[in-house]
Amino acid sequence: MRHLLTPLDFSVGELEQLFDLATAIEQDRPRYAHACDGRILATLFYEPSTRTRLSFESAMLSLGGQVLGFAGADNSSASKGESVADTIRTVSCFADIAAMRHPKEGAAMVAATYATIPVINAGDGGHQHPTQTLTDLHTIRSLKGRLCDFTIGLCGDLKFGRTVHSLINAMSRYDDIRFVFISPPELRVPDYITEMLTEKGIPYTECIKLDDVIGDLDLLYMTRVQRERFFNEEDYVRLKDFYVLNRRLMKQAREDMYVLHPLPRVNEISVKVDPDPRAAYFRQVQYGKYARMALILTLLGIEA
Amino acid sequence: MLNVGKIENGVVLDHIQAGKSMLIYHYLGLDQLDYPVAIIKNARSEAMGRKDILKIECDVDKLNLDAVAFMDPNVTVNIIRDGELTEKKALPLPRELRNVIKCHNPRCISSIEQELPQIFYLSDGPKKLYRCRYCDERYTESESERWFR
Repeated sequence: MRHLLTPLDFSVGELEQLFDLATAIEQDRPRYAHACDGRILATLFYEPSTRTRLSFESAMLSLGGQVLGFAGADNSSASKGESVADTIRTVSCFADIAAMRHPKEGAAMVAATYATIPVINAGDGGHQHPTQTLTDLHTIRSLKGRLCDFTIGLCGDLKFGRTVHSLINAMSRYDDIRFVFISPPELRVPDYITEMLTEKGIPYTECIKLDDVIGDLDLLYMTRVQRERFFNEEDYVRLKDFYVLNRRLMKQAREDMYVLHPLPRVNEISVKVDPDPRAAYFRQVQYGKYARMALILTLLGIEA
Repeated sequence: MLNVGKIENGVVLDHIQAGKSMLIYHYLGLDQLDYPVAIIKNARSEAMGRKDILKIECDVDKLNLDAVAFMDPNVTVNIIRDGELTEKKALPLPRELRNVIKCHNPRCISSIEQELPQIFYLSDGPKKLYRCRYCDERYTESESERWFR
């Protein structure tokens, strides 16, 4: 049985098929509107999430399936001390596929070990968030028509941001990718990532000022500085508004440089940038839903 | 010079880093088994200066040597039959360590989930780097003593 636990669980070829399917769904929604009739998705969310959970639920409902689950550990039997293994064995009797978010790293891996249904990792602590990576890749592919030959800038918290690490890993499998890492020194991309890029011969540069490089980029992936990652409030306050993408900066960018962001946004992208046609972060949410629809169909082995 | 007699049939774990023999003794569960065992600590060694040696009178198949390589990659295994050395081999790093070391990442699911096997996979052979199967936390041989269960 197939699960999705990390962004690299699918080969490049399998991802191509999945993204082709996501595009087909986007172009012909009625054809897929009953593809999952009679099927149930369980959304097991042990910690709060708005976007990801709703995206999964919307994806399943749009395929004609139904959804059950819980949002928050307080509402589940975890509050009574039930293990992940027991929960997923129980849920396997109620649903055909499950999406799980859990604060502990590796929770989805444990669920997949004991499940008799496909398990999708919808985020396990600071570890992996593979459907965000599918979302990012499908967005880039849809906007640019390809997943190779880019200079991609990643800006903000490159140290703690799991979406950034997953995206770098995923993009490093494609040809002619050049990375530009833009961060304050305290939030630099970890050494193991740059070591991996060096080993693979993938070019990258690191800098502090977005002004210096924005004109060179084909894509700009902005990230939020997360309060919960800091031990003291002082550091967070000092770094949280280190980058603010505004209209002045966008004027320096190329006409075809799209801006992506995993959301939620705080101050790092001015709302005045939103009307710019290159601001793609809300379209990214829509692409994320199509990618999740394609993923559900793929893991359930349904051909519409 | 201390002399310890030869064994007729069994296994000699040689070139153990001085001081690690008791760790390996406990990992192999020799304290729970009835085999005759000689523990030689701080023996003189031309190559190593000092080394430990374990001589165990039992069939090699009775010992789980998988993780010995992780604990001490320089250990050599000598197999003795009828008083003769019949085989001498180094231990390859196991691809997987199961219930040998424990993940100490407090954010790992293994820190709260009951009865979960502690599984580590070999992530980088030349660097002797293992990672937790659940959270990918890294563990190396050089810090192995800190992580034993």
